[in-house]
Amino acid sequence: MPDADHTDAKVNKDLTPEQKIQLYRDMVRIRRFEERSVRVYQQGKIGGFLHLYIGQEAVAVGTVSLMGEHDHIITAYRDHGHALAVGMGMNECMAELQGKHTGCSKGKGGSMHFFAPDKNYWGGHGIVGGQTPLGAGIAYALKYRDLKGCCLCFMGDGAVNQGAFHEALNLAQLWQLPVVYIIENNGYSMGTSQSRSSAYDDYLAKRAEGYNMAWDVVNGNDVYSVRAVTAEAMKRAHEKSEPTLLEIITYRYRGHSMSDPDKTYRDKQEIQEYKEQKDPITLFQNTLLKEGVITEEQISSIDKDARKEAEDAATFADKSPFPPVESITEDIYWEEDNRTEETNSKGTIIFE
Amino acid sequence: MANITYRQALNDALCEEVERDENVVIIGEEVAQFDGAYKVTEGMLKRFGPKRIVDAPISEAGFLGMGIGASMLGIRPVMELMFWSFSYVAFDQLFNNAAAVRYMSGGLINCPIVVRGPANGGTNVGATHSHTPENLAANHPGLKVVCPSNAADAKGLMKTAIRDNDPVFVMENTILYNQKWDVPEGDHTVPLGKANILREGKDLSLIAHGRAAITALQAAEQLKAEHNIDAEVLDLRSIRPLDEEAILETVKKTNRAVLVEENKPFCGVDAQISHLIQEKAFDYLDAPILRVSSIDAPQIYCKKLEDIQIPNVDRVIKRVLELR
Ligand SMILES: Cc1ncc(C[n+]2csc(CCOP(=O)(O)OP(=O)(O)O)c2C)c(N)n1
Ligand SMILES: [Mg+2]
Repeated sequence: MPDADHTDAKVNKDLTPEQKIQLYRDMVRIRRFEERSVRVYQQGKIGGFLHLYIGQEAVAVGTVSLMGEHDHIITAYRDHGHALAVGMGMNECMAELQGKHTGCSKGKGGSMHFFAPDKNYWGGHGIVGGQTPLGAGIAYALKYRDLKGCCLCFMGDGAVNQGAFHEALNLAQLWQLPVVYIIENNGYSMGTSQSRSSAYDDYLAKRAEGYNMAWDVVNGNDVYSVRAVTAEAMKRAHEKSEPTLLEIITYRYRGHSMSDPDKTYRDKQEIQEYKEQKDPITLFQNTLLKEGVITEEQISSIDKDARKEAEDAATFADKSPFPPVESITEDIYWEEDNRTEETNSKGTIIFE
Repeated sequence: MANITYRQALNDALCEEVERDENVVIIGEEVAQFDGAYKVTEGMLKRFGPKRIVDAPISEAGFLGMGIGASMLGIRPVMELMFWSFSYVAFDQLFNNAAAVRYMSGGLINCPIVVRGPANGGTNVGATHSHTPENLAANHPGLKVVCPSNAADAKGLMKTAIRDNDPVFVMENTILYNQKWDVPEGDHTVPLGKANILREGKDLSLIAHGRAAITALQAAEQLKAEHNIDAEVLDLRSIRPLDEEAILETVKKTNRAVLVEENKPFCGVDAQISHLIQEKAFDYLDAPILRVSSIDAPQIYCKKLEDIQIPNVDRVIKRVLELR
């Protein structure tokens, strides 16, 4: 439950000081990347939507830090944090935001549609709840191929009211799929608070009971807690091939996207309170200082490096070219991109 | 006449209809407390209260289906889709239930629902958020589809749609929301199925719908100024019902047609228009019918390329010059 103390969980006790510092560094890198992208947006170099992950860093970093070779991850459109956590570079991410050819999706996907299958990262999905059946599918493929792995499938608290999610939950339990569904509950879906959008009893994750599925709730501001509870769920997936529904309680500091004036649904004081008392980075920083794992000098150099890395990424994106016009009709069909005389179907497939 | 934005015109239409008919309710995500994701319903919760203006969770299949069910009992729900792209999670409700309930009941049941929201690309948000499903919807008998290109039509078509006894899908455009036009004061309605000549001309006909009609109009002005070509611009307004007569009339007058739409080309709306012209005005044509559509690919994110993917003035002019 959300206020349980997980510091002594094995997955946390086993961490080396270097690994702990790496967790901290990854969270700081996400925050600095996001802050830098705000400035790029304000300069008019990013259009459309920009959904920031600021405040939620411990969730992506804590969960992804547990992933092994056959563990996979998929999420919604608030996807930059997960991208950096799995090891995507700031350059390719920042370039994608600007629609540049050097972006992770060659400028074709944008902020909501990051992908890196080579890092077991399957996106980046713009339609609320749309990724939840895909998560079950990735788990299905793992099971089918006898691989000991699982899929971490993320969604927001608003996504739990999509029909596709419920169909996926039923399939996952019915077919015993190694998927861990993770509700990143930041309290709001756009301008709608959890209580105005969902009918529930205590916790959203409790809905799992209707499917006879295991579930748990955890404080997402504490990276140790996130790791402890996610590790349990992953173990259930790895060893018993059973799904879990996790609810990780977190908070977003910024508006839903850059275009949200953030005026109608919460007061400034609530945001301030989170920033001052529950910030995942500050909390972990204090923990590490208390544990004697990190020094003030290390903290400031990690911060400095992350700022520089984000700054360099912005420069890289600026200098990168836009994709060429011909690329509009590339990457639609495998067959068109791999055309040979013998293997291709006949007829017109892309129309004037 | 009042010079107001497309957004304001929609807001006026919705307010007037909520006021006029107690069975009209507005339901959608963020329409009430948040004042609308695109502020189309701004101020309505305050003015009409939570019975008439209702915030829904992110459950399109659920709430659209609910609206369809309620309409069968005489409620007139006006359902907002934050984007028409999100209708894809509610496909069964819209394309089975709304489209066919009247037919399958032998005419016993009506479905007077309006589903409205933006259906456009051009906003740099990528493939999942940029669909233009007017062709898809119009391919389903039982559904009506309108695509207002300006504020006056947005108001007039919306009011007519709400009073209509069949399901009407109103496909708006976020890029037009902030633009201003003159809108007649009072109870301004526009009939469904009545196209509108935006510009008279004699050399060729540009036939378009939605924002493409505005693009066509701009292209026509430039064609006149730079090439001394006098194009007539016909705005379809309504895809189904379709004003076949107006299409044939303009083609018979100019003898040449260039069709412009933001739909993708394959099985797009203009494929139907083109067929109509060749079947019923073949002898009047002095040149093959040409089309300008979005480039045939999922919507690209990169803004610079998306502006090329969607028909723009330059692409329309280039096509028209090919015609001569
Ligand atoms: C099917 C669908 N409906 C609506 C939207 C518009 N939309 C995008 S994000 C969002 C809110 C989602 O909130 P939540 O699931 O809590 O995720 P968070 O943004 O808080 O991360 C909405 C309504 C969408 N993208 N897809
Ligand atoms: Mg949320």
